[in-house]
Amino acid sequence: MSILTDPPKESFRLSMLIYDTRFRSATIQVVALIGFLILGGWLISNTAQNLVELGKEPSFGFLNEPAGYDINQRLLEYDNQNTHLRAALIGLLNTLLVAVMGCVTASVLGVVIGVLRLSPNWLISRIMTVYVEMFRNVPVLLWIVFINAIMIETMPAPRDFRGETPEATMKLMDTVAITNRGVYVPEPLFTNSLGDVHLFGNSSLRFDVSLDLLALLLVLGASLFASAKIRSNADKTQEATGVRPTTWHIRTAVVVLPSVLLLMFLGLHWGYPALKGFNFQGGTYMRNSLIALWLALSLYTAAFIAEIVRGGILAISKGQTEAASALGMRSNRIMNLVILPQALRIIIPPMISQFLNLTKNSSLAIAVGYMDLTGTLMGITMNQTGRELETVLLGMLVYLTISLIISGVMNLYNKRVKLVER
Amino acid sequence: MNKSVFFGALTVAGLAAGASAAGTLDDVKARDKLNCGVTTGLVGFAAPNANGEWEGFDVAVCRAVAAAVLGDSTKIEFVPTTGKTRFTALASGEIDLLARNTTWTFSRDVDLKFTFVGVNYYDGQGFIVPKELGVSSAKELDGATVCIQTGTTTELNLADFFRTNNISYEPVPIETNAEGQQQFLAGACDTYTTDASGLAATRATFDDPSAYVILPEIISKEPLGPLVRHGDDEWGDVVRWTLNALIAAEELGVTSANLAEMASGTNNPEINRLLGTEGNLGEMLGLDADWAAKALAVGGNYGEVFAKNIGENTPIGLARGLNAQWTDGGLMYAPPFR
Repeated sequence: MSILTDPPKESFRLSMLIYDTRFRSATIQVVALIGFLILGGWLISNTAQNLVELGKEPSFGFLNEPAGYDINQRLLEYDNQNTHLRAALIGLLNTLLVAVMGCVTASVLGVVIGVLRLSPNWLISRIMTVYVEMFRNVPVLLWIVFINAIMIETMPAPRDFRGETPEATMKLMDTVAITNRGVYVPEPLFTNSLGDVHLFGNSSLRFDVSLDLLALLLVLGASLFASAKIRSNADKTQEATGVRPTTWHIRTAVVVLPSVLLLMFLGLHWGYPALKGFNFQGGTYMRNSLIALWLALSLYTAAFIAEIVRGGILAISKGQTEAASALGMRSNRIMNLVILPQALRIIIPPMISQFLNLTKNSSLAIAVGYMDLTGTLMGITMNQTGRELETVLLGMLVYLTISLIISGVMNLYNKRVKLVER
Repeated sequence: MNKSVFFGALTVAGLAAGASAAGTLDDVKARDKLNCGVTTGLVGFAAPNANGEWEGFDVAVCRAVAAAVLGDSTKIEFVPTTGKTRFTALASGEIDLLARNTTWTFSRDVDLKFTFVGVNYYDGQGFIVPKELGVSSAKELDGATVCIQTGTTTELNLADFFRTNNISYEPVPIETNAEGQQQFLAGACDTYTTDASGLAATRATFDDPSAYVILPEIISKEPLGPLVRHGDDEWGDVVRWTLNALIAAEELGVTSANLAEMASGTNNPEINRLLGTEGNLGEMLGLDADWAAKALAVGGNYGEVFAKNIGENTPIGLARGLNAQWTDGGLMYAPPFR
């Protein structure tokens, strides 16, 4: 006969939520969450109520009204009778343009400078130190304005190119015009152009994609793929026989020839800028505002990227370098084959933040009158329609989306290069 | 992250909450200071002088209102605003009054929910070009690069003008008048466009004003005036009638020179009502009886303010033109003080 009884059944009391360590942290979190939600709800309802009292009920109808203003730099066709939504799209594309240009330039510059800063050459490393300290310790807004001011004040005006003995002449065999309004470079033109595809019909988001560009990208992608295939075949041959076949001439031909053939087929010729009326006409026009913003953002962010690269390289144990040189490798091969592949793993994550920073800093564009998303949607549109809350919310949403996409893509890349742990 | 969302929302809520506070007149009296929005600097209209004191044609409106309400024309906090920030500043309650050569338009009045209390300057949009460009009409500006202040009606007028005349242009948006001036003088734009009065004011600050011409075309109507928020009519009345007092005083011949004499009583009942020796107009507005006299004591009547800041004897050199009294063939017309 058993005298064992069940352990006394623990009944749940309300006070246990606070005094029982098993529940306490959950209780605190739930209370904090509820408080936070109440606060958030109150803020939202308060804002909405006050806006209604002001007679400005939130509404996005203004996006379909004609914008009425012109935008100088437009990657898609646009005129002042188009809607505010389309103006915002033009602005968004300008933002993306400068962000992509900036990220590429900043990465290249940053890696070069970061590596050079570790150079054993005293002069080079000191110059790079000066560069880094100079650019990252002055606010980027000042650099943007500074570069713009230099362009405006020191370059010749278009009318200086006129006359028998002009004060200014075009550079590089009369193909490039550098003026205080911007730089005109030759533009590629095609006689047998494939035309454009028109997406999204007649809506505000209609989008023209040049088939020429698309074809060129496709051909280039295919040739790069073929070239990679040849290399991996060469690797296999080398592993099997120990002799590496010479492939560089075939690979160069595979990459270059198809593109050149395509360009010849399309009838590539160049359109040169020429002075007509008040300004140069023809050619690709890179406005001061774009150049100033692009250069300033690139140089500024490059200084940070250089430090990240330097940190990444220094984090690789010196023993690796010594071991590699003991194997008889030259210093540039050590850097390319041993140090950088490992350093990349450390470099990529902070690099993502720099790309995000650059993209967000591009919203300083209005300082030089570059019509990005901030200048169109959150600038002129906001001002002409008086929809502060809506435009700013929309703008924040767009920037958030861009940033999330960038960090998503970079995280994917990071997953690929990071150390595979067992 | 949560924190930044919180502060962001708090700011939005703060803006909205500020806007809903009623009774601007009481607020100003309680604060003992008038928050007045002006330009970031346009000589003649609103710019700090060598001593850092704001002065100009628009500033005079702020000073007159401060004198009428608070009895002291120096109890003002001047808030410099750009074309872009001005409406948000007013709608959010950061400023009580915006006197920043702002054009009275339908959508600003109706859709943006502001009340324009009157017109203190009838203007129109013009173009300025360097003489050496050899342009004599705005219609010859096909393909020109045009500097323009962003967030203004001029931006829309410009688009309309070039569109109706079927010519093209390249806009260079800029944030402030000073930037526009810098870009224009450096030749980064062929022409600068804004209200003709602003062009005259800007040209007056150039090293060699005679090397630049203002083109004859005036492409728009720009009635400029002070404005307040919708929905606070008491405050709107105070500003409206202070402006009207300045205009009426010129018509009635009340100047800063004879103000003291007139304020002790005249045989013209309208002057007496204006200056508070007869009737109770001040009381109706919720101000002292001598509110208009105080406003006039600051810089004199409308004509004196005009002559001192932007008139023909100043470097800006604007003629009265449309801004003359109606009795002289202009458009300045104050309703009766009765």
